Amino acid sequence: MGNDYVVPAIVAVTLVTVGIGFYGLRLARTTSDFLVASRAISPTWNAAAIGGEYLSAASFLGIAGLVLKYGVDVLWYPVGFAAGYLALLLFVAAPLRRSGAFTLPDFCELRLGSRRLRILATAFVIFIGWLYLVPQLQGAGLTLATVAGSPYPVGALLVAAVVTANVALGGMRAITFVQAFQYWLKLTALAVPAIFLALQWQADARPAVTPPDGPTFRTATTVVVEHRATLTLPDGDIREVRPGDELTFAAGDPVPEVSGVANDASDWLLPSAAGDDDRGLFATYSLILATFLGTMGLPHVLVRFYTNPDGAAARRTTLVVLALVGAFYLLPTLYGVLGRIYTPQLLISGQTDAVVVLLPGAALGDGLAGRLLAALVAAGAFAAFLSTSSGLLTSVAGVISTDVLGRGSVRGFRLATVIAGGVPAVLALNVSGLDVSQVVGLAFAVAASSFCPLLVLGIWWRGLTDLGAAAGVLVGGGAAIGAVLVTVLGAPLSGWPATLIAQPAAWTVPLAFIVMVAVSVATRRRAPADVAATMLRLHTPEALRL
Amino acid sequence: MAKQLPDVGSGGAVPPPRRTRIVLAEITRPDSRAERTRTELAQQTQVGEALVRGLVRAQLALALRLSLVVAIGLGGLPWLFAIAPSLGRTTVAGVNLPWLLLGVASFPFLIAVGWAYVRLAERNEQDFTDLVQRPER
Repeated sequence: MGNDYVVPAIVAVTLVTVGIGFYGLRLARTTSDFLVASRAISPTWNAAAIGGEYLSAASFLGIAGLVLKYGVDVLWYPVGFAAGYLALLLFVAAPLRRSGAFTLPDFCELRLGSRRLRILATAFVIFIGWLYLVPQLQGAGLTLATVAGSPYPVGALLVAAVVTANVALGGMRAITFVQAFQYWLKLTALAVPAIFLALQWQADARPAVTPPDGPTFRTATTVVVEHRATLTLPDGDIREVRPGDELTFAAGDPVPEVSGVANDASDWLLPSAAGDDDRGLFATYSLILATFLGTMGLPHVLVRFYTNPDGAAARRTTLVVLALVGAFYLLPTLYGVLGRIYTPQLLISGQTDAVVVLLPGAALGDGLAGRLLAALVAAGAFAAFLSTSSGLLTSVAGVISTDVLGRGSVRGFRLATVIAGGVPAVLALNVSGLDVSQVVGLAFAVAASSFCPLLVLGIWWRGLTDLGAAAGVLVGGGAAIGAVLVTVLGAPLSGWPATLIAQPAAWTVPLAFIVMVAVSVATRRRAPADVAATMLRLHTPEALRL
Repeated sequence: MAKQLPDVGSGGAVPPPRRTRIVLAEITRPDSRAERTRTELAQQTQVGEALVRGLVRAQLALALRLSLVVAIGLGGLPWLFAIAPSLGRTTVAGVNLPWLLLGVASFPFLIAVGWAYVRLAERNEQDFTDLVQRPER
């Protein structure tokens, strides 16, 4: 890639991030400034910051890659990522703010008064946080390798280092400004090139997304394979390709069929139908459940609610977030669809996650406009890695500093940040072959099967006990973690076991709820004595407090 | 009211102390009934407990009703597409219906449900506040 605007754009985004961080450092004077921004942030800023933090590598790169690969069935990812905020709004936002809890472990202790449950929650926060951080760093490595030709570890380590330094030095207040800025940057970085791409598609006489004879290469293309695959060539030959293989195609050549990808126009264009594939339907519902219910259990989402002044403001902020996030999710689908026309080679190379970054160059050519837009998209992608990793790191470092190191000081928080950033950086260097969105989907499944039942039952049901909560989190969350480990480390499965393990939420979430309720009912006498006071605090407007 | 007497004896050298005005603090007589209800809430008497339970139940019912709307409106789609495959082939303005419903229409739908929730939940809280402050109604 000979695009000399990309590296300056990425450097600029990084410098602005660090710059706003230091500006924030000058403003942060007290421990309260540092950790919760003194609760002096307006709902609009806060909503943009939450949106900026939430739109991760999976949203910016992953969704478009999945749409390119699998078609309409994966549109549930963006819908679910947005709908997660609706579930959060309906069941959690205002009561959680009124509870005064800063982190999930805080909530456990406030509601159920159990130190041991707090430790369990801490372990889950750290696991989910790290599971979610790895794909962000991985996306950074992949993007920098694609657009600037650097080795994979450079991008991953760069983002890990910048984010760790920024969080350790600037704290939450700086992060709020950085995140809000990055939401608007990410939206611009997808929206502006999308307009040019749509115009280019018009100018190219609207090539069909699913031509009747199958997709073809528009220009002569050389593909370097990155992942093992089986290709079915147009003449019916079957060919195994390995990483490093080079294939050359002339303009107008049909794209060979690739194993594990929706090749057929109807597979890609139409939702999975009943009868022929019940597993597809199960996987869809499982994905819906994980994304709808997982958002409320993500550690970096929850921390933000504490910066709202009261419960009603928390509700309004969540609604604004839903609107901002929904507006953003209109765009990645467009990239996936146009990628089917302009970058079919990614299906063969296996690097579908790179479609957003490569599409402007492929569709608009090597002219000035094409190169500038490609640089803008790369900058937006870096904003995505930086902001989500910052948010995750702030919350993981928060629980490590208070619950593991046992120090509430700013110095303790800085030490915790270095620990919290170092581990995923090491992990990211060792897993480069996983799909970015797949890992993120698993993090959602773990959150949906552990913290979602804990929050929902804790807020709305007086009968929850500490043993019930612990049992539910251990059984449901443990099952989901087991599924993650089998997916990441285990041998490949097929048939129903593969579906149940790859999309576990449809059985782990109900399991967690059932165990939590059953054990709570069995240990009814352990229900906290102050539950009535807690309910009063969680649900009544602040104005009535005495 | 304190009264400043002019000090005539010390001549004109020392400036007279500045005149100060003392205003009594405004006494607000709390509505004794509202006060009683607030105290009931805080002390968790049976009346206060019943009031809070009512609020929690109202808010939960609202949240569940709206989630049912989403569960049917969005959650029904995969099932609908599965049992009626012809629906997936229907095109509107050249785009297949599932793409339009999921890729575009679902987001305004979610925002509309969220907006309705914020309004209705705030109304529930207002009703509760009115009840606490004017228990006779």
